[in-house]
Amino acid sequence: MDLYEYQGKQYFARFGIPVSAGGVADSVDEAVARAEEVGYPVVVKAQVKVGGRGKAGGIKLASSAEEVRLHASAILGMDIRGHIVRRLWIERSSDIAKEYYASFTLDRTAKLHLCMVSAKGGVEIEEVAATEPEAIARLHVDPVDGLDLESAARVVAQAAIDEPAREQAAALLVELYRCYVEGDCDLAEINPLILATDGRVHALDAKVTLDDNAAFRHPEWDEFDDPDPGDERERLARQKGLQYVGLDGFVGIIANGAGLAMSTCDVVEQVGGEPANFLDIGGGANADQMANALEVINSDDKVRSIFINIFGGITRGEEVANGIVQALGRVEIKAPIVIRLDGTNAEEGRAILAAYGSERLESVPTMVEAARRATELAGGAAK
Amino acid sequence: MSVFVDETTKVVVQGVGPSSQGLYHGLRNRAYGTQVVAGTNPRRGGEQIEGIPIFATVTEAVSATGANASFISVPPPRAADAIIEAAAAGIPFIVCITEGIPAQDEARAYNLLRRDYPGTRLLGPNCPGIISAGKCNIGITSGDIALPGGPVGLVSRSGTVFYQAIYELTQKGIGQTTGVGIGGDPVPGTGFTDCLRAFEADPETKAVLMIGEIGGSAEEQAAEFIQSSMTKPVVAYIAGVTAPPGRKMGHAGAIISGSKGTAKAKMEVLAEAGVIVALNPTEAGERMAEIVARMS
Repeated sequence: MDLYEYQGKQYFARFGIPVSAGGVADSVDEAVARAEEVGYPVVVKAQVKVGGRGKAGGIKLASSAEEVRLHASAILGMDIRGHIVRRLWIERSSDIAKEYYASFTLDRTAKLHLCMVSAKGGVEIEEVAATEPEAIARLHVDPVDGLDLESAARVVAQAAIDEPAREQAAALLVELYRCYVEGDCDLAEINPLILATDGRVHALDAKVTLDDNAAFRHPEWDEFDDPDPGDERERLARQKGLQYVGLDGFVGIIANGAGLAMSTCDVVEQVGGEPANFLDIGGGANADQMANALEVINSDDKVRSIFINIFGGITRGEEVANGIVQALGRVEIKAPIVIRLDGTNAEEGRAILAAYGSERLESVPTMVEAARRATELAGGAAK
Repeated sequence: MSVFVDETTKVVVQGVGPSSQGLYHGLRNRAYGTQVVAGTNPRRGGEQIEGIPIFATVTEAVSATGANASFISVPPPRAADAIIEAAAAGIPFIVCITEGIPAQDEARAYNLLRRDYPGTRLLGPNCPGIISAGKCNIGITSGDIALPGGPVGLVSRSGTVFYQAIYELTQKGIGQTTGVGIGGDPVPGTGFTDCLRAFEADPETKAVLMIGEIGGSAEEQAAEFIQSSMTKPVVAYIAGVTAPPGRKMGHAGAIISGSKGTAKAKMEVLAEAGVIVALNPTEAGERMAEIVARMS
C-alpha cells in the first residue's frame, strides 16, 4: 500500500523523524483553518499518489488566508497525471538552504537492504541517478546486523552532505531505517530531505510503501484511509481479498496463481483476444473465492466472455467447480464462460461441471484452445 | 539422478495438526512415495497423526528419525521462525510454501541462514516445492502430472505455470528429473542460478526448462550463468508479456518499474545467452520436445 505524503509524514513522526508541522484539509475552509493553526507562511500541497505534483501546479506557497483560499480552490479537484486531488496537506513553510535525498528499500539482487543518500536531492533525483550515479552514495545493510550510527555517518559523509547537516542526517537515517524495518515498509524515501536556514534537518516530503503482507501486525494501518475510490473493479476485488488489476480488453480472466494469471493474459493476447483484467484467486482458492471472482468480473461491462484457467496444486478441482456452480446460482453471469481445469482433483471438478450442464459454460481441455474459444465467444477474431 | 531430493530424502513436516494444511499436503506427499518420517507440533509431541509420529520440535524429530528435509506450510506470522528452527536443527534442505510472509521477516531469515547455517538450502518461501519425479515430492505439486525418467529439469518462479509446464512435457511423453519451484517472493532462498548449476552437474538431466516472470533481475542473472557455464540446452518462458508497467501482479516479486524487469527485456537477454525463448507454456513444451527428439 502506497501512503499519501501526509500519511507518510505521520508515519515518520511515529519513529521520531522530524517533519514540518501541518494538517489535512478536504475543503477550502478546512485548508484555511489548518493554515491558521500552523501559522503563515504555509505550503498548500496536493495529496496524490503520483510524482510531479510541483510541476503540475499542485504545490503553492501562501502567506495569508486569501492566498490559501485561492490556491486550495485551484488545487482541489485538479487532475494530476490522471489523479484527481481530493485532499490537501497544509504545512508550515520551510526556508530551504539545501535539498538532499535519503531512502531505504530492498535490493533484490544482493538480498540486502539498500540505503541511498545523495547531496543532490530534489525534483531531479531520477536524472541524477541516470547521469551521475556516483552522486548517490549506496550502503547495503544486512537485516541481521541492522544499521548503526557509525555506518550511517559514513554513508552521509560519502554522499558529501554538508558538514553542518551531517550529524542530524546520520541520526535521521538510523530513525528512517527503524521506520523501514519495524514499520514494515517496502520503501521509505525522503526527497527532499532539507537543511533549513535555521540549521535544522528534516523531511520535506515522504514516500512510503507499506508491505501488505505485514498488515496483520499493524492495526494502526487501518487509519490510512484513501479518499480516492480508484478503479471501481479494483476496489470491489480488494474488498473480497482478490488480486486484481483492471486492463482494457474484453475477455475476463480468472486464474490461480499470479504467474498463471499473467500467462493467461499473454495467451489470450497471442490468439487475438484482449484481456479485460488480471485476476489471481490465490493459492488455496475455495468455492467462495471463485464465486467472488466471478462477481467482480461480472461487474465489468466491457467483459464479453470469461476465461477461467485453473491448474490445481493447493487449489482443488472440485472446490473450483463447486465455486462456479455456486456463483452461477448466486448471480446472473452476463458473459459465457470457458473453463480449463487441470491438476489436483481435476477429474472430480470436470465431473461436477458436466453434471451441472449449463450451455453458458464450456469446458475446453487446453490453455491455448480455451483462450481461442473465449476470444471467439467475445466476438473477437481468434488467431 | 535428480537434484536436491531423491528417494532417500526423509521429510519432517512442520506444523501438523488434525486439520492443518501441513497434514493434508504431507499425506499427499507420502502417498506419492515421499518418505514423510515426522511431523512437528509443540502441543502434540508423542502423538501419531495418520501414522506420522509427531514431535514437539524439529530437533527432536531429527534425532529420532534422521529427517534431512523439512516442509513448512505454517501461516505467515510464524513461517520465518519455523525456517530458522529447521536450520538450527541441522536440516540441510527446507521447503517453505507459505505465501504472504512479510518481506522484512523473509530478508532477515535469509540472511541469518546465509551467515549462521551456510550448509542449509531454503527453497521458497511462497513456492510450490520440489518434485523429483517418481522419487520424492515435497510441497503442493500434484504428483500425478509428473513423468519419471528424465531427461528434462524444470525451474520456475511461478507456481501454477510450473505445474502447467510439467504437464505439457508429460502430455508429450517427455519425462522429468526434478522440477524446482523457486517461488515469486522478493527474497527467494534458492534462485535460478542455484538450480541451473545443479542441473548442469546432474548426469541424467539433459535439458532445462526455465519459467520466469516480470520484475526483479533473477532471469538476467540466470542468463549470465547460462552464457558462461551451461552446456545443456535451456528453453525459457517469461510470464507477463502483457502486464502494464508499475502495477503489482499478485506476487510481491512481479512488479515492473520502467523498462527494467519487463518480460521483453528478459526474453532478449535470455535469447542473447543462447536460450530458446517461447511465448507461452505450450510453445515452451513444443520447443523442448524438439530438443529431446534430436537427442534420441
